[in-house]
Amino acid sequence: MIRDITLGQYYQADSVIHKLDPRVKLVATIGFIISLFVVDSWIGYVVAALFLACMIKLSKVPFRYMVKGMKAIVFILMITVVFNLFLTPGEPLVTFWKLTITREGLRIAVMMAVRLSFLIVGSSLMTLTTTPNSLTDGMEKLMGPLKHVKVPVHEVSMMMSIALRFIPILLEETDKIMKAQIARGADFESGNLIKKAKAMVPLLVPLFISAFRRANDLAMAMEARCYRGGEHRTKMKPLCYHAADRAAYGVLLLYFAGCVAIRICL
Amino acid sequence: MGIIKTDKLTFEYIRRDEEGNVEGITRAVDEVDMDIRQGDFIAILGHNGSGKSTLAKHINAILYPTEGTVWVDGMDTQDEAHLWDIRQEAGMVFQNPDNQIIGQVVEEDVGFGPENMGVPTKEIWERVEESLKAVGMYEFRKHSPNKLSGGQKQRVSIAGVIAMHPKCIILDEPTAMLDPNGRKEVVRAVRALNDVEGITVVLITHYMEEIIHADMVFVMDGGHVAMEGTPREIFSRVDELKELRLDVPQVTLLAYELRKKGVNLPEGILTIEEFTEALSRV
Amino acid sequence: MSLILDHVNYVYGEDTALAVHALKDVNLVIPDGQFIGLIGHTGSGKSTLVQHLNGLIRPTGGTIYYNGEDIHDKEYDRKKLRSKVGLVFQYPEHQLFEIDVFKDVCFGPKNLGLSQKEVELRAYAALKQVGLEDDYFYQSPFDLSGGQKRRVAIAGVLAMKPDILILDEPTAGLDPKGRDEILDQIAKLKEETGITVILVSHSMEDVAKYVERIIVMNRGSVLFDDTPREVFGHYKELEQVGLAAPQVTYIMQALKKKGMPVDTSVTTIREAEQEILRVLGGKD
Repeated sequence: MIRDITLGQYYQADSVIHKLDPRVKLVATIGFIISLFVVDSWIGYVVAALFLACMIKLSKVPFRYMVKGMKAIVFILMITVVFNLFLTPGEPLVTFWKLTITREGLRIAVMMAVRLSFLIVGSSLMTLTTTPNSLTDGMEKLMGPLKHVKVPVHEVSMMMSIALRFIPILLEETDKIMKAQIARGADFESGNLIKKAKAMVPLLVPLFISAFRRANDLAMAMEARCYRGGEHRTKMKPLCYHAADRAAYGVLLLYFAGCVAIRICL
Repeated sequence: MGIIKTDKLTFEYIRRDEEGNVEGITRAVDEVDMDIRQGDFIAILGHNGSGKSTLAKHINAILYPTEGTVWVDGMDTQDEAHLWDIRQEAGMVFQNPDNQIIGQVVEEDVGFGPENMGVPTKEIWERVEESLKAVGMYEFRKHSPNKLSGGQKQRVSIAGVIAMHPKCIILDEPTAMLDPNGRKEVVRAVRALNDVEGITVVLITHYMEEIIHADMVFVMDGGHVAMEGTPREIFSRVDELKELRLDVPQVTLLAYELRKKGVNLPEGILTIEEFTEALSRV
Repeated sequence: MSLILDHVNYVYGEDTALAVHALKDVNLVIPDGQFIGLIGHTGSGKSTLVQHLNGLIRPTGGTIYYNGEDIHDKEYDRKKLRSKVGLVFQYPEHQLFEIDVFKDVCFGPKNLGLSQKEVELRAYAALKQVGLEDDYFYQSPFDLSGGQKRRVAIAGVLAMKPDILILDEPTAGLDPKGRDEILDQIAKLKEETGITVILVSHSMEDVAKYVERIIVMNRGSVLFDDTPREVFGHYKELEQVGLAAPQVTYIMQALKKKGMPVDTSVTTIREAEQEILRVLGGKD
């Protein structure tokens, strides 16, 4: 059910990747995403796939666990594929009824599917191996210079970290309210789109109310624990680069250079 | 003056209807006087809506009195200069275990308070370790709070407060959402804090079994203190407690009923040992 | 008319590495008109079990029969089953969503496709059954007190006129008086309508006071299924699985140890009082 969405949930393990500085992982994730758009040949994707596979292996997160998380985005993936498949003009391959699949369409559709799934696996690898706290710490530090131009860096990262912490709780709650309404005869599955949308009201209203209640409680709990924004704050886990982090940057640079080389040479 | 003192503490809030017009004023806390000694274990009882939670939130300077004064360790909670000192000295644990854990890993959550206080990194780690050990959750330090039981989550929350090195800790119905085993775990942890570390405890609850070991009990009703005394004194007034929508442990109730039937038992029996002892003398 | 569980098994996340065997070979018969207590510590499988009873969860093995029909048969109308086996979840007030109390209670019967008149009649009757006064009917459910909200939520299930009412910890978070009020109301309802009630609870004292049969779950299996007297007689086994008997049981055991010839099988204060008076009277 809904609880199966593992996207973004920290997976506890003792691995090299887990121990890396979050800044490295952030930069690497962004680098990896850019690399997906830099390469546009099959060899490039093979290289990206290999790189990703190595990272997954190193992270000790079971591959099955990642695939389970993918289920949630299959729908988005399908839409992208279908649109590209049928709506790209070019040399026709197959035609049936009013729909035509073109060679270019096929190529773009497959490429988009590969890019999207790599992108999602890549970024969920980051969230799976990095606790939201250290992730936001990393972001805060990376974006630190923006503070001087009045960007509330600390606040934004704190909000993100809290949102991530509450995702599983709210998912569980959704599941529970859904079941409670089904027990009262609610039907979330049948009917047309309008009927389905209407059927969501008994689910969404309680969910919003609960989210607000939780937000209220949490704000109070944070204040009670002396939270007063980023000022005067020290860090339990301050970020500093170690040898492994520098090595990781090196690996990343190599990979990225490889991608650029493939792009240029092929 | 004790660690916590209130003088005619009153808190009112304005009720508004949907259009925002004033419907009336509710007096949630009504002229409460309390003086709590350092190191005591205090229990505050009361039915839902009796004002006990509102009272508790004043001790941590989350709410401010409409009238009257609250002092924590001699500091007036309305004095803004002391706000952070008060919040550090009077730590607070809330009812819902899910809605007060901020960290995604147990140890990070416990470190949240000291981080906010600006404690140096090395000391944060020491504090986290000692706090988690004090509540028996050290082995779970690397776990995600979502995977813990309700009782364990509450113990993490307590550790999060201890890590701030408070002089007193206020627990606002920490066991209301827990199962019996979880309740026992939490009460045991709280008692240990009081006995071993000497931290003043203010436990708010409506479970009577949890207050048997308190030094002093306050019973709230309609915003004011309706009863006040040692657990034994309170528990000997069974009828009054029932009127205040409260209950007594079964052993106390049984002794009380037998007394009514003419069996010569003392008042305010709290434990099974006391009961059998007293009955064997009849 | 009864609910029968025949070798019911349930495995969470089957064919994954994290599979959990939540129910193991559960066999139960729930006849009409019983007041049943379902106990077990958190994670013992009792929540999973009750969700099987109205078809919310499909067993991975075994069969559930309601009035002789397999509820997971292709032809079976599970929506109707859910109206006959009413399930009130823990903290049911969290599912309230309508703009007023009455409308919220109408939600269940309306989903059954009844006429507007029948829907309103049922909602009214249900609100009366939980003892809510008319003054509250057109208020927003969110403005009520915790105890009142809970009554409204229970009424929301009662309005579907179930034959079996399952309540998952209906007193969680309420104060002692609120707890007694809700349980007394349920006992009264049971008395008046003859409905089957299954009360999931952590409080042995409550269970002992109201029910005629106790089902104890442990690690997904039924550990005991008997009268309160019999079940609490096994108080040592109950302790081993993280449960306990009511305090009264321990009092009586302690008295017996001290040499007082009391009957240790009593389960409520009233019975204990009479038993002690009997023994004391006999001594004089």
